[in-house]
Amino acid sequence: MTERVAATPGLYPLPDRAKETLSDLKGHQKGDLLSGDEGEAIVAEYDEVRAEYVDDQLDAGLDLISEGQGRWDDMIAHPLTVSDAVETGGIVRYYDNNNFYRDPRVVDDLRFSGDVADELTDAADLLAAADGGDDASLAATLPGPYSLAALATDEHYGDEAEFQAAVAEFLADEVAAFPAHETLFLLEPSLVTDPPAEGDESTATDAIATVADATDADVVVQTFYGALGEKLYAHLVDEAGADAIGLDLVAGDRDDTVYNVQEFGSTDSLSLGLVDGQNTLVEEAETVAERVEWFESQIPLEGFDRTYLTPNTELFYLPTNKYREKLNALAAAAEVLD
Amino acid sequence: MVRNPEANRDQFRPDDHPNETFLLSTVVGSYPKPKWLNRADELVEDPDSKFDESDLEEAHDDACRLITHEHERAGLDTVVDGEMRRNEMVEFFADRIDGYEFNGPVKVWGHNYFDKPSVVEEVEYDEPWLVDEFEFTAGVAERPVKVPITGPYTLGFWAFNEAYPSTEELVYDLADLVNEEVEKLVEAGARYIQIDEPALATTPEDHAIVGEALERIAAGIPDEVRIGLHVCYGDYSRVYPEINDYPIDEFDLELSNGDYEQIPVFEEPELEPDLALGVVDAHTAEVESVEEIKRNIRQGLRVVPPEKLTISPDCGLKLLPRDIAYGKTENMVTAVREVEAEIDSGEIDVENPIADD
Repeated sequence: MTERVAATPGLYPLPDRAKETLSDLKGHQKGDLLSGDEGEAIVAEYDEVRAEYVDDQLDAGLDLISEGQGRWDDMIAHPLTVSDAVETGGIVRYYDNNNFYRDPRVVDDLRFSGDVADELTDAADLLAAADGGDDASLAATLPGPYSLAALATDEHYGDEAEFQAAVAEFLADEVAAFPAHETLFLLEPSLVTDPPAEGDESTATDAIATVADATDADVVVQTFYGALGEKLYAHLVDEAGADAIGLDLVAGDRDDTVYNVQEFGSTDSLSLGLVDGQNTLVEEAETVAERVEWFESQIPLEGFDRTYLTPNTELFYLPTNKYREKLNALAAAAEVLD
Repeated sequence: MVRNPEANRDQFRPDDHPNETFLLSTVVGSYPKPKWLNRADELVEDPDSKFDESDLEEAHDDACRLITHEHERAGLDTVVDGEMRRNEMVEFFADRIDGYEFNGPVKVWGHNYFDKPSVVEEVEYDEPWLVDEFEFTAGVAERPVKVPITGPYTLGFWAFNEAYPSTEELVYDLADLVNEEVEKLVEAGARYIQIDEPALATTPEDHAIVGEALERIAAGIPDEVRIGLHVCYGDYSRVYPEINDYPIDEFDLELSNGDYEQIPVFEEPELEPDLALGVVDAHTAEVESVEEIKRNIRQGLRVVPPEKLTISPDCGLKLLPRDIAYGKTENMVTAVREVEAEIDSGEIDVENPIADD
């Protein structure tokens, strides 16, 4: 019997009140974005945001609770843009979206910072203290090393494979400092948008495995913005050390994705991107549940350990009312399937 | 195919222009609002305040007059009212087009947000969007007024599409509405229209959709009307040379932010519309020196001759402190006039404009 788990890869929109407060506290220019050593008032505001995210998820009834990554001004490039070994350059486009982040120019050896571990520890404390917190578990989120390296500019290591490996070690050190977590989402959109050259797949999957090996938790390698190429998919299943591959069933060609799974098999669990993280149209719980059953029916295996029901992307693209409705839709779909 | 920029450029050359060479100076559009205007926007929402909609209209008129004159004081050849009446480039129009609804702000970058609307039914033209605004600004300006309009591709793709089977279909419906608006503006006397399509930079593979939308917008618009296209923060090699086929007079680009790394993209083949070159960064709060801006202007001469070069900031300046925005604009115009004089005197070789850099 497949276990269905409602979860998200995090990166939520800031509550509207916090958007204003933080904008006043921090400013609007490139130089005003988060550097990892923010002052007391800003820290306090983010603490409130984090608490609100935990409540939102518990209220919706998600099985896995994310920290929400409200501080990640640079989206999944965040762990690098707050690193001492990085100088931030101009603002650059975040994939094919109307969103921008500071180009992290890596100019020195990447070293452990603990930035993400600290905020995750705060989230773990909130979850432990929350009403109903016992029914849910903590999910950690990090960029996957392939995507993080792709989003950055290497001005230090000088070799693509070496750089990916260094980014992976850096992330693995961060993971080692995490509090207990049940699941680790590694976000890897670049595997879809900017896949490794033929023959270089193992460099990417080795890097992912380095990070995955740093935790005892279930590791979900969440890919999005479309379907994975078949060869890369096969490498990921076999080599990345993932417990689940995350597949985008909204933006991608579903037939390609089904073909990949039928042809090359899958990890013991799968994460399905089922609700559109980039559209305000909110899916009915029944529709989401049907998508899960349809996808599972296409797969030749008897059943997986787990199917994660997730949005196809991060959720920061949405207004806050719709972000909450999307959480509700996922949790309700998991209920329908039970 | 490209329109005929030569047919409309000279009308913007001031009668008292000091140099033989004329580099058309302009702005992309938005400008920092005076603090009191933001307060006025808030005050009108306050039920306890006597400040009402007609007071706000007066405040908007005052601000438009002020910024138009501020642009003239900086010496610009063509001016904009700084978009004082507009809150945001998509919101403002979505508010005026039937079929959109709003759910709340979403992030663009850092703490910059916009109220990204959702299209929930077919879009329709109701009242004119910009004719009143144009008539007011033209009435207070001594220089020609440029009208920036958010383009249909951006109005479509920077909204959530809940209603159309494809966003492409939404874009074409919106393009027909923009064409209707441009016709009304031309009738009211507008001669310089700028279509803002920053969304093209996010999805450059859609350049053909933008081209088709521009065909619809430019249909029936006479040659003496200058139509520009503004795009920013993208990889221009992915839309070039395709944009040479667009029915536009001018292509306006952010290039200073990337320190002109992308200029060589336009060297081959030859750029057919005029180039409007961004020469000051819209997202750094330091005023570039005249010398630095002059070096930036010369980058544009690598791509087009002076008679096809327009100079503007990278993008709208609305996020900067107002004194910085003014400083950038003023230095930009000073740099333009000095470069013109140096071209006249032969000090700058237009065939080899960055020879001594």
